[in-house]
Amino acid sequence: MSEDKKEIGRDKVIHLINSVIEKVGAADDISREHIYAELQDLHDVIEATRADISATRMTDISGKYIPTATDELDAVVAATEVATGTIMDACDAITAYAEGLDSAHKDFLVGEVTKVLEACSFQDITGQRITKVVRSLKTIDEKVTSLLDVLGERSPGKTGLTEDDDKRTGDARLLNGPQMADKAISQDDIDKLLADLF
Amino acid sequence: MAVDKNMNVLIVDDYKTMLRIIGNLLKQLGFNNVDEATDGSMALTMFKGKNYGLVISDWNMEPMSGLDLLKQVRALPSNANVPFVMVTAESKTENVIAAKQAGVSNYIVKPFNAETLKTKLVSVLGEF
Repeated sequence: MSEDKKEIGRDKVIHLINSVIEKVGAADDISREHIYAELQDLHDVIEATRADISATRMTDISGKYIPTATDELDAVVAATEVATGTIMDACDAITAYAEGLDSAHKDFLVGEVTKVLEACSFQDITGQRITKVVRSLKTIDEKVTSLLDVLGERSPGKTGLTEDDDKRTGDARLLNGPQMADKAISQDDIDKLLADLF
Repeated sequence: MAVDKNMNVLIVDDYKTMLRIIGNLLKQLGFNNVDEATDGSMALTMFKGKNYGLVISDWNMEPMSGLDLLKQVRALPSNANVPFVMVTAESKTENVIAAKQAGVSNYIVKPFNAETLKTKLVSVLGEF
């Protein structure tokens, strides 16, 4: 939310409260103490709501969970694209090989390769669906951020889940895969690590 | 009239996988002069520089969608009748109607198979 919009929102609240004060003040049978008590109640409700929202850690939605979810989904799209490319490379190789075979064998292989190619369109469809989900998550992210701005909560940067947030214990804490490429170590690194350990 | 399988075919899709699938299927059907574009604006530029006998395009692409490409192609006087097949995951009635109103020649919903592609191409090009 822009600073201008936030100012307009706050001004509107102030205006409404002033309006209430004026109207209530115009009534002779309502005491000043009563008005202040009402406004104090209003203030308390707002503060309680802010405290409740703070306790639910809404900032985590925008700062941690949504970025993590979108990164994971982007990784799914990228991985399926790579895998599909590999499958199609193999299809091309089989088709080229089939060119040198007799008609019956060639027709059989080309027919089966066609079925594999048709099935590979899953990558396009799932990719589009995942892109829609990512777009929805980003919209939720924007709404939550706007709400937090109105409430005066600070939105954290993209921090990702930290170990402190993980309530699991023992071996359960080890299950975090599959890792994103920038957080994973390679098979070579693993082999080296194992060699060093044993 | 026999279909000229040496004609230039333009396929447009923002997913490399789909470009390869359609390209391979076209090759199996005997079409060898196949060009690829990854969105409508790229396709339009290619279209203006070369004569194409067939366009097979996805719909959902950025910055220029397949529908916008179709409208632009139909707006070119010399290409008002070039066969234009939409291949898309957009399968709502209003999408099909909008495409038809824009002048689409045929409409294939993803996922599709080789037989469907061939049937639709026969319907717009004639038997081959």
